[in-house]
Amino acid sequence: MKHSSLMKWFVSREGLYYLALAFLLVVLLPLALDPFRLNMVGKYLTYAFVAIGLVMCWGKAGILSLGQGVFFGLGGYSMAMFLKLEASTPEATAIQSTPGIPDFMDWNQLTELPWFWEPFHSFSFTLLAVIGVPVLLAFVIGIAMFTRRVGGVYFAIITQAIAAVLTILIIGQQGYTGGVNGITDLQTLMGWDIRTDEARNILYFICVGMLFLCLFVARLVQNRKLGRILVAMNAQEMRVRFSGYDVAAFKIFVFCLAAAFAGIGGALFTLLVGFMSPSFIGIVASIEMVIFCALGGRLSILGAVYGALLVNAAKSGFSESFPELWPFAMGALFIGVVLAFPDGLAGLYKSYVMPLENKVFKRNKRKTVPVVTRQAAEKADDYSPMMDTYSPEKS
Amino acid sequence: MFDGYTSTELMSIFAMQGFAGLSLFSVFVLMALGLAIIFGQMGVINMAHGEFMILGAYTTYLTSGFFQSYLPGLFGGYFFIAMVLAFLICAALGALVEWLMIRHLYHRPLDTLLATWGLSLIMQQAYRSIFGAREVGVDLPEWMMGAIQVTDMVDLPINGLFVMIIALSVAVGVYLLMYRSGYGKKVRAVVQNRPMAEGVGINSAGIDRATFALGCGIAGIAGAAFTMIGSTGPSSGQAYIVDTFLVVVFGGAQSLIGTIVSAFGISQAQSTMEFFLSGSMAKVLTLLVVIGILMIRPEGLMALKVRR
Repeated sequence: MKHSSLMKWFVSREGLYYLALAFLLVVLLPLALDPFRLNMVGKYLTYAFVAIGLVMCWGKAGILSLGQGVFFGLGGYSMAMFLKLEASTPEATAIQSTPGIPDFMDWNQLTELPWFWEPFHSFSFTLLAVIGVPVLLAFVIGIAMFTRRVGGVYFAIITQAIAAVLTILIIGQQGYTGGVNGITDLQTLMGWDIRTDEARNILYFICVGMLFLCLFVARLVQNRKLGRILVAMNAQEMRVRFSGYDVAAFKIFVFCLAAAFAGIGGALFTLLVGFMSPSFIGIVASIEMVIFCALGGRLSILGAVYGALLVNAAKSGFSESFPELWPFAMGALFIGVVLAFPDGLAGLYKSYVMPLENKVFKRNKRKTVPVVTRQAAEKADDYSPMMDTYSPEKS
Repeated sequence: MFDGYTSTELMSIFAMQGFAGLSLFSVFVLMALGLAIIFGQMGVINMAHGEFMILGAYTTYLTSGFFQSYLPGLFGGYFFIAMVLAFLICAALGALVEWLMIRHLYHRPLDTLLATWGLSLIMQQAYRSIFGAREVGVDLPEWMMGAIQVTDMVDLPINGLFVMIIALSVAVGVYLLMYRSGYGKKVRAVVQNRPMAEGVGINSAGIDRATFALGCGIAGIAGAAFTMIGSTGPSSGQAYIVDTFLVVVFGGAQSLIGTIVSAFGISQAQSTMEFFLSGSMAKVLTLLVVIGILMIRPEGLMALKVRR
């Protein structure tokens, strides 16, 4: 992008949406909230990574994965394992019967570090694993399922079963994974204490930065031919296949992309929250991640960010004052978003706020877009819901 | 993993675990039958199926309480009345849910999944508010306690046998309904070719509602049977739901025999391995094998052959 066109993009309508989100996350929230609340917002934002992945995977390509928590967890556990090893120096764990291994291993009578923990001494390996492990698993699942044309409800059920398997495995293998408590008591990242307010603020901004990076990648994908093929695949899979595209390859790609986003989110979650446990990755957690995306509007990557923020903020708000009402609200949200607002917040925005906006932008529009060019059509499509072309399952 | 056991010991272990597996099998069959006819008929995954089952269990619990206080003389037979009540209440709620929610979503199966998940959250929390978070159990009538001793190492509890008999009777009942009745003929016609079935005058929307209600009703019976072998809590249903989905998908979505065979295989594998490995590893291994087989053979064990 040339400099002038970049400037033009920033004052375009879409650019302003991104600027507004950036303003909210970088300026408004840090000024308005105390460090504790800001840390919580950071935690919600880590779920936005998963939600963006789901927009690409479910909203655009029509692949509903109920196992995104698996990838979130793999990313989170990778980071947690690195931090745990750093916290378990032989000096710090001198009272254990085997110094130098994580405390829960010692409690479970392990006398040496399991082989799959060894590489996590290295930070660069950990960074690689945060993205690599989820993507690898997604790739294997994707190859096995999509090349055999498993899709729709079957895919959803099987990903859910995978989430169940991973949770049972982690809880059952207490000595290797920390069991139901998860990996706790994480203190420093390369000698830098992550528990202070200052460190948490910095981590929050790193999280926002990564979020915009992911938004940028997602936007790149959705505005290219690649993104158009994904949407086409959702509407008319057979026609895309008959046009000569390898449908399975595109599905594997978008599933891996969603897994990578979820892994990054999980790693940031571990850093911001200071521990990782199976309760964040199981069946219930995984299906909740879908509602973040559905509330925001399943076709809008920006909507997904707002959806994740709103649902989680509501969840904390309810849990603080009326814990017994939250499941009712959540249940109603699931039903309402599906029955009444299938396009979520982005859909509502489009039908109620955009007409007002159009008046403001009218003058601009006449000058810059005399005919509907391809780019303009694509830009306009960012918020165009494709619900009417939702096809019945063919699997 | 078989080291240190003699062959006779192994035989009785397999027999005992096999029988323990059979009560798991009964619960699986009862839950999966309801799910399978809904899924086979409409392609709808009912995530609230476990909660319908728990509704049946709570109905049984209330009925047993009622009989204990007002009709202690008839306590021995309360279970049969509870079962009928459970069926009727769950079927009525099922029909209501279908009318309010599911029928608007037939062309979006993935959305049904999310909507019924929302329903399951609401139902769970409702149970928690009404009955409390603690698990409740029912008192078994006199005749259902005890065990039949087959050999010195193998004895079979009567309540387990009873639940198994219920499961098999329901399975036979569903079979007769689906393959030997006018209603079943219509259901199968709609499954095979909806537009053609409508073309010859079958009310497919009515069939859908009846089938959904029937599936939920069978979940209610499952819940009633469940109280005989375990206690009931607000989230007991969720513990079985993933397994049951796998049973249905593994069996082949539209095949009743496939559902029963896969319920048998999964429950037996899980319970036999539980003796030798820890419970969680047994479950992990079973699920992994099922997922693995599904990846090789996505249409399930016994798929209905339909031209597409």
